[in-house]
Amino acid sequence: MIVLIGVSMLIFAIARVIPGDPARIALGPNATAEQVADLREKLHLNAPVVVQYGIFLRDLFHGDLGQSLYTNRAVTTDIAQFLPATLELVFVSGFMMIVLGLPLGVLSARYRGRWIDTAIRLVSLLGVSAPSFVWAVIFMLLFAFYLPIFPIAGQISDTIKLPAVTGFVMIDALIAGNLAAFFDALRHIILPAFSLALAGIGQAARLTRSSMVETYEKPFIEMARSYGFMESRIASHFALRPSLIPSLTVIGLDFAALLANAFLVEQVFAWPGLSRYGVQVILRKDLNAIVGTVLVISAMFLIVNIVVDLLIAFINPRIRLSQRPA
Amino acid sequence: MTSPTLRIDDLRLSFRTWRGLTEVLHGVSLHIRKGERVALVGESGSGKSVTARIVLGLLQELKSSRIDGVVEFEGRDLEKLSAAERHKLRGTKMSMIFQDPTTALNPVYTIGMQFREVLGRRVKGISQRQARDVATAALADVSIRDADRILASYPFQLSGGMNQRVMIAMALANEPSLLIADEPGTALDVTVQAQTLQLMRALVERHQTAVLFISHNLGVVREFADRVYVIYKGRIVEHGTAVGLFADPRHPYTRALMEAVPHITGGGIPEIDEESAAFSAPMAVHEGCAEPGASA
Ligand SMILES: Nc1ncnc2c1ncn2[C@@H]1O[C@H](COP(=O)(O)OP(=O)(O)OP(=O)(O)O)[C@@H](O)[C@H]1O
Ligand SMILES: [Mg+2]
Repeated sequence: MIVLIGVSMLIFAIARVIPGDPARIALGPNATAEQVADLREKLHLNAPVVVQYGIFLRDLFHGDLGQSLYTNRAVTTDIAQFLPATLELVFVSGFMMIVLGLPLGVLSARYRGRWIDTAIRLVSLLGVSAPSFVWAVIFMLLFAFYLPIFPIAGQISDTIKLPAVTGFVMIDALIAGNLAAFFDALRHIILPAFSLALAGIGQAARLTRSSMVETYEKPFIEMARSYGFMESRIASHFALRPSLIPSLTVIGLDFAALLANAFLVEQVFAWPGLSRYGVQVILRKDLNAIVGTVLVISAMFLIVNIVVDLLIAFINPRIRLSQRPA
Repeated sequence: MTSPTLRIDDLRLSFRTWRGLTEVLHGVSLHIRKGERVALVGESGSGKSVTARIVLGLLQELKSSRIDGVVEFEGRDLEKLSAAERHKLRGTKMSMIFQDPTTALNPVYTIGMQFREVLGRRVKGISQRQARDVATAALADVSIRDADRILASYPFQLSGGMNQRVMIAMALANEPSLLIADEPGTALDVTVQAQTLQLMRALVERHQTAVLFISHNLGVVREFADRVYVIYKGRIVEHGTAVGLFADPRHPYTRALMEAVPHITGGGIPEIDEESAAFSAPMAVHEGCAEPGASA
């Protein structure tokens, strides 16, 4: 909470020192000085920044982030429209990161020194060595352009019309019972989600591997071996959970980083998410929209961090028990 | 005459390293009969732990190791068993106790969960209830009365001595015929170590469990073992009953080992001086004195 207030203050201040008069930009070059002055008055732009912030807080308390000068709608409406697409991308991507990254790391550690380990390490290294938008461009060229396996851009084919219930296209498709639409959306999301996830997959695999390798040296693993448990069970049961404790924190950070990287990947794949909105409103110095967008993204960062902390506490009894009063 | 529980004959072990083949065991032979407690004594690096790991079949899985010789368990040559059969013996017919109980137990699972895993080695898919009953009985054998609390605890919530008892209870819960104890409790307080060894001794006597007791602490060995093998640089240099060997050490290395007791046990423990001056003074006397009424 304190973090969010801090972020809102900071972004509020920054947004107000970017050069350019928002009212002038919004009204266009043909507006009269009077019109501009009117709008400035309406936006409280003439009041001191502190007062502006107070007004902003008061509105925020009522769930109101103000009007967007770009779309002429409430910022909350805009965000509610664009956020689900971004979230969908980030969730699918984060899901890939975990279900691909962790097992790869486990495999790599279990077959340490064998070819499978070498292969996984190489791929992981490749994954972390280029930013996600580079992968986005490469994958787009390879698998949508030269080999048209996947659609080149967008979230779903234009021909498909879905009632917006949740705003999450894939979920809406399922709700509508439209499997064709669901798979169409799935085909659209794979490339952007994978390019977004690749760095995270590599990072998760590398971290999990190194922390598993360390765990494998521990006496309790030798004890498990001496009790005749199968290597596969030792990897998945005895070694994985202790190893996750150190790697999960970083994986959580990576998950949060997906949000930031999603901006660029969305641009490449013309994904109708928050990033296009964000870029537009910054260019137009749409104060309310900028603050609103940043605030929502910060809130997501926080939520991810809280979830990760809870997960770590769940996995690590030492933390879980120390938080409870004895 | 039934075959011994464990018979090792001319066991050789080498490791492939980047410098070539290094032989670590140069023909070790030993045997343990049913219910017998046999100690393997030697300084650090002499090859005690690797011997134990070969018996359990752990080193065989290491690619860099080369093993020759015979290891027979209850009359069956381990080399002739399939990997699956060898696997099946572990944790059921033989089990092992480790040096530091607190790090040998998994930190993220409760004692109860770990017990259930271990018991599941013998009874596939054992129910939670059944496992709890067996575990409670096993804990009672090591004088733990409040089993419910212990089973719900994580290793880091328990003292070292308590963890050690838990580990002993676990190792014996499946009633193995061979127990390997690799420097058990060396990481513990001397008095706690003595106490848990006594518990272990009473248990293996009752169950007629054969024990391979690995140690470099002669005082403890003398207390615990029926027979002693002294190992030096991968060779057995002396073998005799505990009584005979301590009364009349013949190999110069054994004599040196006995004189070196203070160094080997790490020093700093007051009773050791007395012990090396007149090594007939048994350790238990000191421990019993140090800790009246503490044994459970
Ligand atoms: N995996 C391995 N690769 C190469 N050499 C090894 C390996 N494991 C053990 N050795 C070597 O084998 C020798 C015997 O080791 P071992 O662990 O059996 O000693 P120990 O008698 O148990 O000593 P300690 O009292 O320190 O436990 C040592 O010289 C060690 O360096
Ligand atoms: Mg050892």
